Amino acid sequence: MSKQRVYVPLDSAAVALGADDVVDAILAEAHSRKVEIEIVRNGSRGMHWLEPFVEVEVDGKRLGFGPIEAADVSSMFDADFLNGGTHEKSVGFVDDHPFMADQQRLTFARCGQTDPLSFEDYIANGGVEGARKASGKSQEEIVTEIKTSGLRGRGGAGFPAGIKWDTVQGASGDQKYIVCNADEGDSGTFADRMIMEGDPLLLIEGMVIAGLGVGATKGYIYLRSEYPIAGRILNEAIEVAKANNLLGDDVLGSGKAFELSVFIGAGAYICGEETSLLESLEGKRGLVRAKPPLPALEGLFGKPTLVHNVLSLCAVPWILANGGDAYAQYGQGRSKGTLAFQFAGNIKQGGLFETAFGVKLGDLINKYGGGTRSGRAFKAVQIGGPLGAYLPEAMLELPMDYEVMAQNGAGVGHGGIVVFDDTADLMAQARYAFEFCAEESCGKCTPCRVGAVRGEEVIDKLAAGTNYDENMVLLEDLCELMVDGSLCAMGGMTPIPVTSALKHFPDDFAPRHVREAAE
Amino acid sequence: MLDLDASLGERLGMEKIIEEALSGHVGETGGLITGLRHVQERCGFVPGETVRIAAELFNISQAEVRGVISFYADFRDAKPGQHHVRLCVAEACQSVGARAIEADLQDRFAVKMGETDAAEFITIEPVYCLGLCSCAPAAEVDGKLIARVDGQRIADEVSS
Repeated sequence: MSKQRVYVPLDSAAVALGADDVVDAILAEAHSRKVEIEIVRNGSRGMHWLEPFVEVEVDGKRLGFGPIEAADVSSMFDADFLNGGTHEKSVGFVDDHPFMADQQRLTFARCGQTDPLSFEDYIANGGVEGARKASGKSQEEIVTEIKTSGLRGRGGAGFPAGIKWDTVQGASGDQKYIVCNADEGDSGTFADRMIMEGDPLLLIEGMVIAGLGVGATKGYIYLRSEYPIAGRILNEAIEVAKANNLLGDDVLGSGKAFELSVFIGAGAYICGEETSLLESLEGKRGLVRAKPPLPALEGLFGKPTLVHNVLSLCAVPWILANGGDAYAQYGQGRSKGTLAFQFAGNIKQGGLFETAFGVKLGDLINKYGGGTRSGRAFKAVQIGGPLGAYLPEAMLELPMDYEVMAQNGAGVGHGGIVVFDDTADLMAQARYAFEFCAEESCGKCTPCRVGAVRGEEVIDKLAAGTNYDENMVLLEDLCELMVDGSLCAMGGMTPIPVTSALKHFPDDFAPRHVREAAE
Repeated sequence: MLDLDASLGERLGMEKIIEEALSGHVGETGGLITGLRHVQERCGFVPGETVRIAAELFNISQAEVRGVISFYADFRDAKPGQHHVRLCVAEACQSVGARAIEADLQDRFAVKMGETDAAEFITIEPVYCLGLCSCAPAAEVDGKLIARVDGQRIADEVSS
């Protein structure tokens, strides 16, 4: 009989909650009880409130236990958890858990289920099918599949992927590149990290298909330095992919080459902006470039470059394996497919929930997220990262859809959902938006560089009640100028959290002495 | 005289380390940034001499090297304290008390955010997201990630 497998995630969230200690405790306990086991460090299922989440396989189904501390391990062995014995931390079969059962996992289907670095596991669970199909297609056929799918850039901008692919494919150049933007700096987002740690071969396969589709032979993953575990896993996965012919001179026998490497950034939020990222990848300061020229035509080292977010590329293998039409069946309107929503901040059930576009914001927060973690009243939610809008309870009925959100002054962004309870001060959050912009602005354009600092000053004056009405006019004027005059989204979108906070939570913007008197 | 010789020897040793850390990355895509990270890994910070050495090795101006070093938050120009704490201060962590932890740490260790204390025991820096937003607040202490962190946990970690 083969050794019983025990799954304990290697995911950063699990590790930050003590997963490594749990592994040590399980190994020690198994050793002293003379039980033969094999530890598999899987990705996370995304139920982070249950991390470290330990799983075993019983009758072909996975049984979960969490959150597990090292101190629980002995009692788990006492309860014979390896064979499905009941324990107070048991949450039953993982697939039947309400949080999992209601998801539509296309991108995260394998995440948490498999050994991230096992090619065998990858193939046995549907991996490489997309790349195999792509290797038998022409470039035009591959690009058409992406167009049909309706996939839009998952990094935040939501630009139609097919148009980008078409442009790079049609561009002439002796060298073309695929660059993966893994500089996931938005607070409230961690989906890129999770998939890179939990199913890195998926990203590699997506990049290989992109290479075949647009005629690129080299790829780079631009990874932020704050993700050291993802970096280690990606580098190991690249070696696994090379050994199995998914990367190399003759990808899957197609006669086409594709090589891939990981580049680690050095702590700059702005490098998540694609042109800044390219400058950084060239070893320079991450200054934003003016567009045009588009990176699709003149990108890395001036060559045609397909720059995509991690999740855009990770959607590609499924699309090629199942067809663009099948992907477009998910979602609504012009928001096709699924999005990995990330529940963050003051939320009871923090984690990742992948489902089709169209799901109501309120359902995500309350039905699946379980409401606030503090148990206090909900006050606001910021969606789509530090450049996203703050929305009040009245807007929780809105469906997650690019166009609907845009009509309501908000954005889907990268799917991050940060919840705040009634202790939040939205004027402080608005000030922070400027503070963050001042900290992270690349400094190239004046509206962003100077505007951010002026914004902090104006909000401080509002709080102090200094020339209140004049400064309120100034704030609105400043926001308008930053939107219209900034070179990129950093300066251009910083006013969104500010103006949304002002619009939906005007009471928070009263001068400090007025607010204190009211309390 | 002896002291002077010793410091010269130390400096030459440092220069050699910097050169070694950088030279493997000349010609690599983004090699300057990767090289600078290796310098910091070896020295604990990016010493001033790096500017001249990198400019020569990469055949670019010293201004360009200085520009890259100053642009990226990861690169430090001084040795950090014995313990290095990075506290996430972004929105998701703010929503569950990051600002209070920041104040707590500044009190506890008598050090300002972004600085090293007088005894060089601890350096506390802000970080804008560690990707642990679902189990915030988060911090990194001497390279170890900690979720649902508080001031006491950080204090325990650095005193253990």
